[in-house]
Amino acid sequence: MSTTVTERPSRTTLFDGLGRYIPIGVTVALLIVMYLGGIAAFPRFSSPQVIASLFIDNAALLIIAVGMTFVILSGGIDLSVGSMMAFSTMSIAALTVDLGVPAEVAVAAVLAFGTLSGLFTGAVIHYFNVQPFIATLAGLFLYRGLTLQLSDHDVSMRDIAFFDWGMLRMDFAGGQRDGGFSLPNISFIALAVVIVAFIVLHYTRFGRGVYAVGGSESSALLMGLPVARTKVGVYAVSGFCAALGGVVAAYYTKSANPLAGVGLELDAIAAVVIGGTILTGGTGFVLGTVAGVMVMGLLTTLIAFQGDLSSWWARIVVGVLLLAFILLQRFLSRSGEKRRT
Amino acid sequence: MSDAPIVQMTGITKDFTGVRALDGVDFTLRRGEIHAVMGENGAGKSTLIKVLTGVHDPDAGRILLDGEPVRFHSPGQAQAGGISTVYQEVNLTDNLSVAENLLAGREPRLGPFINFRAMRRKAKALLDEIGIDLNVAAPLSSYSIAMQQLVAIARAIDIDAKVLILDEPTSSLDRDEVAVLMRVMRSLAERGTAMVFISHFLDQVYEICDRMTVLRNGTLIGEWAVSELPESELIGHMLGREVQTLGALEHRAARHRPDDDVLVSARGLGRKGSVSPFDLDIRPGEVVGLAGLLGSGRTETARLIAGADRADSGALEFRGERLRGHNPRTASARGIGFCPENRKTEGLVGDLTVAENMILAMQAARGWARTVPPARRDALVAEFIEKLDIRPADPDLPVKNLSGGNQQKVLLARWMLIEPRLLILDEPTRGIDVGAKADIQRLVNELSEDGMAVLFISAELEEVTRLSDRIAVLRDRELIDILHQESDMTTDRIVETIVEKGGDK
Repeated sequence: MSTTVTERPSRTTLFDGLGRYIPIGVTVALLIVMYLGGIAAFPRFSSPQVIASLFIDNAALLIIAVGMTFVILSGGIDLSVGSMMAFSTMSIAALTVDLGVPAEVAVAAVLAFGTLSGLFTGAVIHYFNVQPFIATLAGLFLYRGLTLQLSDHDVSMRDIAFFDWGMLRMDFAGGQRDGGFSLPNISFIALAVVIVAFIVLHYTRFGRGVYAVGGSESSALLMGLPVARTKVGVYAVSGFCAALGGVVAAYYTKSANPLAGVGLELDAIAAVVIGGTILTGGTGFVLGTVAGVMVMGLLTTLIAFQGDLSSWWARIVVGVLLLAFILLQRFLSRSGEKRRT
Repeated sequence: MSDAPIVQMTGITKDFTGVRALDGVDFTLRRGEIHAVMGENGAGKSTLIKVLTGVHDPDAGRILLDGEPVRFHSPGQAQAGGISTVYQEVNLTDNLSVAENLLAGREPRLGPFINFRAMRRKAKALLDEIGIDLNVAAPLSSYSIAMQQLVAIARAIDIDAKVLILDEPTSSLDRDEVAVLMRVMRSLAERGTAMVFISHFLDQVYEICDRMTVLRNGTLIGEWAVSELPESELIGHMLGREVQTLGALEHRAARHRPDDDVLVSARGLGRKGSVSPFDLDIRPGEVVGLAGLLGSGRTETARLIAGADRADSGALEFRGERLRGHNPRTASARGIGFCPENRKTEGLVGDLTVAENMILAMQAARGWARTVPPARRDALVAEFIEKLDIRPADPDLPVKNLSGGNQQKVLLARWMLIEPRLLILDEPTRGIDVGAKADIQRLVNELSEDGMAVLFISAELEEVTRLSDRIAVLRDRELIDILHQESDMTTDRIVETIVEKGGDK
């Protein structure tokens, strides 16, 4: 070859490359500021259990938000997850308490149902070219209605020994008494989900396909990537995560509340966005979602420590944060465009 | 080069919502040849290619690949069958790295996991093979469109393609990059890959192709060896009419009355990072050309005058009045029409009909409360469809079903409807065929004779010199000279200006 065309990436590539990490960097910085602020204001805040508690109280949210990250990265949205979670918990209660089905079987059935339901929603979205917003909105109503149909009041699962396992704690650094912390099994489930999701998104063809479809669906199609499988797949992942969230909720409260998780889909979306994933798809990280969930959990914790403020302040702050993050993303993507032209 | 056909398409017919895009077309591709598919926009080239690559299902006809009947239902299937395609628009995902784009879908793996190191190595090797040196770990978005196009080609080659389809791959490449591409094409042909090449640049076709198939209005005109078909005959076949249009548009006479009445006057107008401050006057009835290389600031200059970008220095006067808060809305109200370069994303609404797209600007000018009366609307639309020779002449067809050249004409009609005082055309003839090009050039001429000022941007210097009264030459985002003498209106003079003035600094 006589001539070689060499092109350096445009001068700002370094910045471009880092640009992807700015939103998540801001989230992490925010977390640190909140944490240090909490320690400065409240003496007991420095206990490691404060952080550990985030992964206990928000275990279900974290799992669901991870599923949501897949969907949003692919350029879609899933509004049915809150209802799906409540339906899963209620189904487990109905199956085990009312019908006497072994708990293991009930859990497996619920997880399978969540996945299949996601597959079905994904297929509707892809093959009939339906807006994800509408298709999953149908799920939001459908599963909430079914949940209330099963029972319109709380169902306790206290008598079923199987559900004791979830809150069994493991001590670290001597446990809470000795200045360490402890985590129950549900937190490990949530963390396992995060790790698996991270590996799938970054190191498998399916995961990279999710990014490609989110970047440009028509390009991905012309590149010969399995767009259909990817798009249907992300909703299956989200459905599975929502059902697993329901299982974790069953472990956490040992009861099924028909109105559990109302609006949870919006919390999950908020966590994903605060975690730096862009709503139009293609850019973001699952670890950002973890940070997003931690920010939201830490806000609630701070307000609980303060004691005087109404808990709704957490919502107000989340609203402000969301706005700030969306503007930040907009600003970053626009300055990116400008530099390129 | 053997004569064994690798692809044989017979009697291919395809209809789109009432429009027959292909009507019983035959096409034969032989091993190791480079075969051009020629035709005007709307002739059916793209549709033929899309049928072959599985994007469209044909309504009738047979496709034989290596003698076996095949029918692909998706580009993925076609790729698996050994047919890969490089499109005019870069169809890659620019949020991923270069390496990922090259190898997406067939990444080297360790078990179920992608082996990123092996992937980068393989990507590097692939690019080396065609003589490109890039940082494969960088996101694709950090490279120029031209380089992205070469990446797309590298990707297509790697799929061990028996057949490689290049659909206008050169329209965004500069000369060196075209040379790289042609070299790659030749070496592939020697290896026995059959290639379909589609381009509006006739010189490229004559340089590289062995054979050509000519289509017109969805029907097959014929197949020739390139050496047997001189250019003038080819154009005749493509247009189906005697080629006078282009000839008649020899350089317009220097008929220009020195008009002191200035329509638009820019003084020190500029925007940081996009174009340095410049002075430019445009008079009624004058065509001002903007010439320069890709990235010299042509589009940016036009966008400032059109109000699409905000200037951060200088002033813009319109009929002696200084403009403040200049934006596309106020510009349009004053009679400045702007046809942007990217007609798909910035100009037309694909799902609306031809008529609706045409009427948009006029409706905006009247305000939402005063709709254009249907009878008047239909009359106007019919008039412009005829005047601009928009094909198919159906006002109720969604604009996205039209070919590029006809879409461009719809966009032009939109602005002509509101009879602007200044019409800014950014690359109106890019990627469209000779016939539509001639139509648009003729129109620009007519408009200016009626007293409209036109700011005309084109990458084809010949077109600029042929149409313009004065030419503003840009280089490195700076307006370096304005050529106004009759004798200066040559491509050589423009190139000289770019080279000389660049050397000054």
